[in-house]
Amino acid sequence: MTTDTSTLEQARAHARAQAGTLAITGPTVPTPAGLLWDETIGAGGYAARLLPRDTVLRLTDTDGDACVQLLAYAAGGPAERLNVADTVKVQWQAYLGPGALLLSDMGRVLLTLVEDTSARHDCLCGAGSRRTFDARWGDGSVWGGTPNPRDLLALAAAKHGLGRGDLPPWINLFKAVRVADDGALTLDGERRPGTHVDLRAEVDVLVLLANTPHPLDDRPDYTATTVRATARPSERAAPDPFRTATPERERAFLNTDEVVTR
Amino acid sequence: MIVHDETLPARAAWAKVVEAGQTLRIVDLGGNQAVDCLVYDAHDTDHRYSAPDTLVAQRNIFLIEGTQLLSNEGVPMMTVTGTTCRYHDTIGGACSRESNTLRYGHHTAHQHACVDNFLDAGTRHGLGKRDLVSNINWFMNVPVGADGTLGIVDGISAPGLSVDVRAEIDVLVLVSNCPQINNPCNGFDPTPVRLQVLA
Repeated sequence: MTTDTSTLEQARAHARAQAGTLAITGPTVPTPAGLLWDETIGAGGYAARLLPRDTVLRLTDTDGDACVQLLAYAAGGPAERLNVADTVKVQWQAYLGPGALLLSDMGRVLLTLVEDTSARHDCLCGAGSRRTFDARWGDGSVWGGTPNPRDLLALAAAKHGLGRGDLPPWINLFKAVRVADDGALTLDGERRPGTHVDLRAEVDVLVLLANTPHPLDDRPDYTATTVRATARPSERAAPDPFRTATPERERAFLNTDEVVTR
Repeated sequence: MIVHDETLPARAAWAKVVEAGQTLRIVDLGGNQAVDCLVYDAHDTDHRYSAPDTLVAQRNIFLIEGTQLLSNEGVPMMTVTGTTCRYHDTIGGACSRESNTLRYGHHTAHQHACVDNFLDAGTRHGLGKRDLVSNINWFMNVPVGADGTLGIVDGISAPGLSVDVRAEIDVLVLVSNCPQINNPCNGFDPTPVRLQVLA
């Protein structure tokens, strides 16, 4: 590769010669047949994607030490968005697992966990800002080596016309937080390579992802191993077993039916 | 010195700027009355209360004396300087017409709810739906069981119990005196609360 970039022709040749460089993170292009999206997100990375209804987004914790921050919005009107408090309260369950629904603040389903081999997630500690990451890692900026999740999600949101005020509390995937009787919080951060969670879009959704250490992770290193995001269309079983698992979930799907064109 | 003193009727919404150094006192007059609350930086409402940041910092789900209410940027906004109710909730969220349909059935769809109170108070101060995030529920009891089961159960408050929250910066406080009648958060009977600002 030429390193002489003193003329326009040399600068162009230099830029073009970089294509094809292998990297651990980034999208697979062209997108493999049958997929809508295939991308690897590393430590401190983020992504945003519009997923049509019935798309299944698989997030794979390849090396077992990822912590994925997840937010979701109704693509048709993003004032409707993930509400973690309603998600846990309506389902009478703080810990997500197979079959759990991610609910919007309008009483509808955004995403269903149609598969979940991890079942270790966190709906309580969706936190982490420039200030707290500066204090923890020395530099929480998005241009540094240890970026904070809030500012990464703000970048992802901004690329879809949303502002900093559009970031509600998020969900952490692949790291579990458990609550003791006295209310104390502990992190289950055990490394479990190869687990995945499949999120089925119940309406057209905008998904925002980041990959940063869990805020209760006390290890000295900024640890977030790569996560693989793959999305593909899916066929909905009839009857859909996820609809009727509990009365609350059934009513959430009934509300969602009202905004789905069938 | 008391600079503001009012009794907020059952089911009602309220908003007020509390200046840095002032203390908001909330008195549960009738006992077991959930008081839903959101806090914003009075000078930048994108900077607001964050339940997760608050929980992470104290590594506990219950708000008690000494709890700092942290913002989404990790800044102390208010401090619980005293409480005669043992603890308070911040994971149970606010009731809404929409979530009521999921929790209790569609016959509740037209019942008044806290989200509508937050919107009624918030839209008078330039806030909208996008600005509503996980809130505080003063005097509400939301335990988490060993298997993760979570829910609103009978309260631990009583008539006359109160909480004092000191503003560390100028804050806009939204309150919904919870109108919920389908769970025990108000003892199935919403009652007035007293709101004082002390300087």
